[in-house]
Amino acid sequence: MAHLSDLKLAYRLYMAAYRYRQFDWRPGSVLTSPLPQARIAIVTTAALHRPDQPAFDASVKGGDWSYRELSLEVDLASLLAAHKSDAFDHSGVDADANLALPLDRLRELAARHAIGEPAPRHFSFMGSISAPGRLVEQTAPEVAAKLHDDRVDAVLLTPV
Amino acid sequence: MGLIQSVIERSGIPTVSVTVCKELTEKVRPPRALFVDRAFGYPLGAPSDAALQTRIILAALGLLKREVDEPLIVEF
Repeated sequence: MAHLSDLKLAYRLYMAAYRYRQFDWRPGSVLTSPLPQARIAIVTTAALHRPDQPAFDASVKGGDWSYRELSLEVDLASLLAAHKSDAFDHSGVDADANLALPLDRLRELAARHAIGEPAPRHFSFMGSISAPGRLVEQTAPEVAAKLHDDRVDAVLLTPV
Repeated sequence: MGLIQSVIERSGIPTVSVTVCKELTEKVRPPRALFVDRAFGYPLGAPSDAALQTRIILAALGLLKREVDEPLIVEF
């Protein structure tokens, strides 16, 4: 099991002092369509991006609140991970992007009718954002709007 | 990640996250999370283990039918 105490001392001290910001999501939503008919999108904080997209900027104070759109057709093996945090092991995602962006798995699940279909677009953030104001007010709502545009029924999020 | 999840949920789309750190998720309090007993960096279990990744995804998606009023954290 991963514990905060697994992190390096500097991160532990930071996390101990961090005031976790919460956003009131209530009333919650619920999946009303059967899963075999549902369109599913992935939102990850593995900081994955295509080689032709700008990398996330680790120098942004408070964390880079931007996101990258990744189409269903993206070449998973070509994706790069630019994560600010060296607090964890990146080698798994580097070896297989499905560990955080499981587009191959969603395609397989759709082929066997366990889900309806993967959404046409998926979204990647950097995470480790200590000053989330612009994330909450700007980029997360933008992504939510795009998910609505794509008529997504449910979202699976994969923090790393 | 909990904030992004909460914004999406509030917008009307049901969400579920996979977490390796229950401690952190209990502080962030997102609507639904599947706790997977793995290290940081390994949310869907293991690289190139399609069967395990698929089982985790299906367990997570299975929570989307659950109505939530308080954070729901379920162990994989």
